[in-house]
Amino acid sequence: MKAIALKLCSVTGMKWGIPFVKLFSGEEVLEQLKEIWGTVGIPLIAIVTFLLIWHFGAKQIDTSLGQVPGPAMVWEQTKALWAEHVDERIKADEFYARQDARNAAKLAKNPNANIRVVDYTGKPTYIDQIFTSLKTVFMGFLIASLIALPIGIICGLSKKIMQALNPMIQVFKPVSPLAWLPIVTMIVSAVYVTNDGWLEKSFIISAITVSLCSLWATLINTALGVSSVNEDYINVAKVLQLSPTKKTFKIVLPATLPLIFTGLRISLGVGWMVLIAAEMLAQNPGLGKFVWDEFQNGSSQSLARIMVAVFTVGIIGFILDRIMVELQKLVSFDKKTIA
Amino acid sequence: MSEIAIKEAPIATEKEISDKKVMLDIKDLTKIYTTPKGEYVVLEKLNLQVMKEEFISIIGHSGCGKSTLLTMIAGLNDISEGEILLDGKPITKPGPDRGVVFQSPSLFPWMTALENVLLGVEQVFPHGSKNDRLDICKYYLDKVGLGDAFNKKASELSQGMQQRVGIARAFALKPKILLLDEPFGMLDSLTRAELQDVLLEVWNKENITAIAITHDVDESIFLADRVIMMTSGPRAVVGDILEIPLERPRTRREVIEHPDYYHYRGHLINFLEH
Ligand SMILES: Nc1ncnc2c1ncn2[C@@H]1O[C@H](COP(=O)(O)OP(=O)(O)OP(=O)(O)O)[C@@H](O)[C@H]1O
Ligand SMILES: [Mg+2]
Repeated sequence: MKAIALKLCSVTGMKWGIPFVKLFSGEEVLEQLKEIWGTVGIPLIAIVTFLLIWHFGAKQIDTSLGQVPGPAMVWEQTKALWAEHVDERIKADEFYARQDARNAAKLAKNPNANIRVVDYTGKPTYIDQIFTSLKTVFMGFLIASLIALPIGIICGLSKKIMQALNPMIQVFKPVSPLAWLPIVTMIVSAVYVTNDGWLEKSFIISAITVSLCSLWATLINTALGVSSVNEDYINVAKVLQLSPTKKTFKIVLPATLPLIFTGLRISLGVGWMVLIAAEMLAQNPGLGKFVWDEFQNGSSQSLARIMVAVFTVGIIGFILDRIMVELQKLVSFDKKTIA
Repeated sequence: MSEIAIKEAPIATEKEISDKKVMLDIKDLTKIYTTPKGEYVVLEKLNLQVMKEEFISIIGHSGCGKSTLLTMIAGLNDISEGEILLDGKPITKPGPDRGVVFQSPSLFPWMTALENVLLGVEQVFPHGSKNDRLDICKYYLDKVGLGDAFNKKASELSQGMQQRVGIARAFALKPKILLLDEPFGMLDSLTRAELQDVLLEVWNKENITAIAITHDVDESIFLADRVIMMTSGPRAVVGDILEIPLERPRTRREVIEHPDYYHYRGHLINFLEH
């Protein structure tokens, strides 16, 4: 029980839970209290201070949309957004219930009746937007990985190819998503003409923009990892006269996995960060569009709602990062090197 | 036979030549590293012959070129001038006929002990059945005292156990010659002694040729039929050769209590101090 709780704390990145668990199991109470003060008490004070500064600072500034919202208003809007979501779900359920009842009645009258099933077309809620964003970032991340991993491996294996590609990598790496977006938009619009497919054009545009910004970290880390595999490993491979494929898949790649995952982790983080900007401009339904719509909307709650989005982005980014860290630990043979 | 060797120990070497075949013949071997500061001649016209089924150890000061020599025999390091003949054929590239045990165990940490050994066995015996290959791996892992750790991940083994796997991996290749570069250098003295015993035990059974680099005078005497002393670099050569005609199998105790032991030891230390 205690072991499970401790494991849970470290997996979720909530290391501060560990002393609590120990405290409740009666382990060196004074030690644990000290630990709790360090890991929970001090950050808590910092957070409260931040909220206070925010609260009083916000009151001093008046914008065209009214006063800058304080923490209370943001919390208010969080609840409101959730309530809207729940409302919308109830509406949808009622819609389907009505439709089912109607269809059942029709069938009762005439078993051969033509039944129509219609999807509910409500406005996407905030929660829907979050899931759209996640879908987009994963799509972008997938494209980025599919491009970056093979190229990274090839670059790592061949110094010549690395030298050939390096200038381009260095030049494209720092480009902002805002610069890629118009180009991607034009190209996707030209190439992907049928907009009746299962993928929205705006979805593809934001996903590709995300990949263009995020693939570099994976590419560079993979190349670095592959080219810096422990020399002893390579020597063993030479002594055993392993074939190039066997050498790559049995030795080079496993040895590189930790660095590859470091790259993937950075890529996902960057992807999530640029996604909001990409969605804003591409008008892809998602958190970015939500922010943009609120900004255009300009009601008195808009700023508070945008701040909800800020926290949402931050928290989801943190969760994604934790997931990557855990995956990294899973594939890593040297558990000590990962933060 | 190298001139120096004949000068230093004429009787024993002549006897050996008549008894045994030359396995490894190093002729006028020169190694030049190109460094930013210019050329650095590590070895110059080094000559050495190693007999079949002989165990030799090489000692010399740090940086004199012992590892350089060994990696050239392994084929992992290019030869600048001269040649190395293995069974009469010049060495050009690495291969499993020369098993190498590195100073750091250099096992693949994501594989189990068994998989580490198997990787090499698969290369050397591609035609045998999977079970045959597994049997070979298990035999050697058992021999080095890891009978109950087949399926442990290499990263979970202690340094000493890892080096045992390293030894098993090298022997399992059934190499013509075994090359060991300070194989026990990273271990504490107790583990070190244990592993010396393990190494000699397996070597006794297999009757293969072995070359071990060591920093340790006692280790070099305990292991070897002949101790090769290299002069300090640059331009290092074989400075002296000491025969250790002690009976095998040896136990540490017998070796240390042997009346000639202090003579051997003195000889080596005297060489190293000059
Ligand atoms: N790749 C290289 N390029 C240039 N110089 C090298 C290279 N490898 C080794 N050297 C130099 O050659 C000399 C011999 O190195 P080597 O590693 O063979 O010594 P060693 O006898 O094995 O030393 P140690 O006992 O410390 O292991 C050293 O002076 C070293 O600095
Ligand atoms: Mg060395």
